[in-house]
Amino acid sequence: MNTHIAIADHSLDELDRLADLAADVIGRARAAGASQAEVSASVATGLAVNVRLGEVETVERNLDRGFGLTVYFGQRKGGASTADLKPESIEATLAQACAIARYTEPDPCAGLADAALMQHEFPDLDLWHPWRPEVDRAIAIGQEIEAAGRANASITNSEGAGVQCGDAVGVYANSHGFLGRARDTHHSVSCSLIAGSGDAMQRDGWYEYVRDASTFPEFAAVGRKAASRAAARLGARRLSTRECPVLFAPEAARSLVGHLVSAVSGGALYRHASFLLDHAGKAVLPAFVNLVEQPLLAGGHASTAFDAEGVATSESALVAGGVLQRYVLGSYAARKLGLQSTGNAGGVHNLKVAAGSREGAVLDFAGMLQRMGTGLLVTELIGQGVSIITGDYSRGAAGFWVEGGKIAYPVQEITIAGNLRDMFMGVQAIGSDVDPRSSFLVGSILVGRMTIAGE
Amino acid sequence: MDSSLALVEHSLLAPGGLSIHDLERVFSRVMAPSIDAADLYFQHSRSESWVLEDGIVRDGNHSIEQGVGVRAVAGEKTGFAYSDDIVLPQLLEAAGAARAIARDGNGAGKPLAVRGARALYPADDPIDGLDNAAKIALLRELDALARGLDPRVQQVIVSVSATHDSILVAAADGTLAADVRPLTRVNVQVIVESNGRRETGYAGGGGRCGYRELIDSGRPQAWAREAVRQALVNLEAVAAPAGTMDVVLGPGWPGVLLHEAIGHGLEGDFNRKGTSAFAGRMGDKVAAEGVTVVDDGTLPGRRGSLSIDDEGTPTHCTTLIENGRLVGYMQDKHNARLMGMAPTGNGRRESFANLPMPRMTNTYMLAGRRDPAEIIASVEHGLYAVNFGGGQVDITNGKFVFSASEAYLIEHGRITRPVKGATLIGSGPEVLTRVAMIGNDLALDEGVGVCGKEGQSVPVGVGMPTTKVLAMTVGGTASG
Repeated sequence: MNTHIAIADHSLDELDRLADLAADVIGRARAAGASQAEVSASVATGLAVNVRLGEVETVERNLDRGFGLTVYFGQRKGGASTADLKPESIEATLAQACAIARYTEPDPCAGLADAALMQHEFPDLDLWHPWRPEVDRAIAIGQEIEAAGRANASITNSEGAGVQCGDAVGVYANSHGFLGRARDTHHSVSCSLIAGSGDAMQRDGWYEYVRDASTFPEFAAVGRKAASRAAARLGARRLSTRECPVLFAPEAARSLVGHLVSAVSGGALYRHASFLLDHAGKAVLPAFVNLVEQPLLAGGHASTAFDAEGVATSESALVAGGVLQRYVLGSYAARKLGLQSTGNAGGVHNLKVAAGSREGAVLDFAGMLQRMGTGLLVTELIGQGVSIITGDYSRGAAGFWVEGGKIAYPVQEITIAGNLRDMFMGVQAIGSDVDPRSSFLVGSILVGRMTIAGE
Repeated sequence: MDSSLALVEHSLLAPGGLSIHDLERVFSRVMAPSIDAADLYFQHSRSESWVLEDGIVRDGNHSIEQGVGVRAVAGEKTGFAYSDDIVLPQLLEAAGAARAIARDGNGAGKPLAVRGARALYPADDPIDGLDNAAKIALLRELDALARGLDPRVQQVIVSVSATHDSILVAAADGTLAADVRPLTRVNVQVIVESNGRRETGYAGGGGRCGYRELIDSGRPQAWAREAVRQALVNLEAVAAPAGTMDVVLGPGWPGVLLHEAIGHGLEGDFNRKGTSAFAGRMGDKVAAEGVTVVDDGTLPGRRGSLSIDDEGTPTHCTTLIENGRLVGYMQDKHNARLMGMAPTGNGRRESFANLPMPRMTNTYMLAGRRDPAEIIASVEHGLYAVNFGGGQVDITNGKFVFSASEAYLIEHGRITRPVKGATLIGSGPEVLTRVAMIGNDLALDEGVGVCGKEGQSVPVGVGMPTTKVLAMTVGGTASG
């Protein structure tokens, strides 16, 4: 017979309190003359423990509150926020928001999202799995992870192993009468290790990021993976300047998906600051590529039934057969463009990138290396050299030179450059090796040709 | 009595019924024989921002944040907790959570003694220091100015923002110090369009001063012109070269090279842990003859400056590299104690809800003697990079990048065509050994820097004179 140990869970009471507060403040904003108002309020708690060289290094307890109010007086807007929920702070926030709206100017696109778009159904998306280990237990997990990594003979030093747990409750409410509640948990374990010494030192790491702590893989495996990644970088060389195919490992590939999302997002489009302006209905990727937004994915990292304006979310294609199906819009950008909100205020809610290749085959990571044959495998990108307005791309990279489908040696201190438009159209294959730690569910991406700058 | 202390005591402690004497009671709760250090960091922070876009002042925001962070340190262990409620029961509870890293025991801190420091900026609140109508007028003026400069200007986004931050630090070592910190910022972004090609340009700046001082300086108007100029230059830019070549960095903001290539690697925590490429290299030659780099938190009114750091230590001008030799690290109290060194006033934190760590303030290279024109003329084939976006470094292997946002080819000693932004990559311990010429035109940036480390952002400054670096890797797409 199982014995359940109940964890005191006050989250529903907390949500009720936040909901009451939101409704009260919206009422007071209306009484103060605002024609529309919206409130976000949240409370997040957590514990973060870091262990280094077997000893506890830091123990941090977190409790963060947030309250934000936006008021509209006709089409004039004012916003204010506070990081505590005391009545006098809330009162000051209301006064500040209203004061600001006296100075902003009428913006024909300002206002809440259309009332007809509000969500009415709130399914359980399996996002709430509180995990509140005792500090000693969290320390022991960190020690187990780090010790497993330091058992690797190449490891000479450590930046430590971390264990973090967190839960957040929040509400969004507006004067259409919409009230959305959300509870979600996220927990992570991480390890960062150093191999080699002196000028040859290399650092790398690994982490796991989950909603439900019972789904963590074996803790020791995180340390072992961090160690083998750091050790694999020992003896890294530069490459000569050249053009070649580039395979983005899943942890690097997700940044490419991020650039695509930025380029089709409302803010970049209405400002004419995107290289994908006016591309709805046009090919932006090869025909074998499909991207589907899945906001209602059970347990997804970015799952939600309503966006940051209360608009109902739903599963919807972003790219089908390589063709851009729609943009990524909240209500403000939508009005600027003469379009309808796509339920993307606050961002994209899980984006699944289907695996495939120009030849039709679905390849795992080993298959992707084979498919590339000879070229550069990128495992880490550094720097910000990406222009969404022109698509120009130039970033620092580290990874491995690959010959005949096999990793030959590690490389570092090189850049990879191209234009995102060409890089996207030049995608040769997308692997089935999906990285589950991100809300962009994508495997490795093979780009046909980029410029490498090195020696 | 220190005037900022009186101000801050009134605004931070008095509303919760707290006195300085109560803080000593908190230390008696935190301290135990095994606790080496403990501190309390009280903060009240108010910020605002105003945005003009498409010719409309469309958004304004105001935010308030306050709370207290409690830290207890035993050897290399740190316990930390915070509360957004500045009253005694919450303070004692946070203290209990922070000291959980130590075994039981009783102790007490030293009596608190006020530590004054020279004030590098006025305590005045920039938000209330200028009425909202004048802020709106500034936004409108900059919008009209930028649009009037060239018909190719299609979009202008102007923002102004300000923060007023009051802090009080009390530590078991007897430190009691307060600081009131203004910070203002103006930013102009333009988008230009010509023959279907679109480009953008940004400029901005600010510092630890009021809006009025910025407006009276005429700098916001100069930033509007600069944003338009940069965007128009980019309209003409051709593909950047790929490969290794000599690079001349312009004066001012290109000092971000120093921040990434050597600054982070000289922060005390990475060197105590032996994880920096510079660890154990004190006294070594890490730069060419003539290269001297300092981190200086004492420049009046600068964005990266602080009268005291977030541990109550007055900021210093710390020499990091002197005539090519590594001579100093940047330290907070914790790492300084563990390394047997003195704190350098570099202990900083994003807010009361974050732990302090060694961070840069204003990092720059001292001027040399060369005429900048002579430096350009000395390059047969290379790149002249005058503006940058951000950068990043891996402190362990020392590899760093920074991305040019405005650059030109140098051909036969002359600046010729503008090229598109490209990332420059190099190795921190190596790059300064290849500095071949240093100009006489040291400039600091306009006040735009934000540095991120372990998830915490703090304002910083950088600077350098025109500098020639041999054989850097330029990450463009054009061969040859």
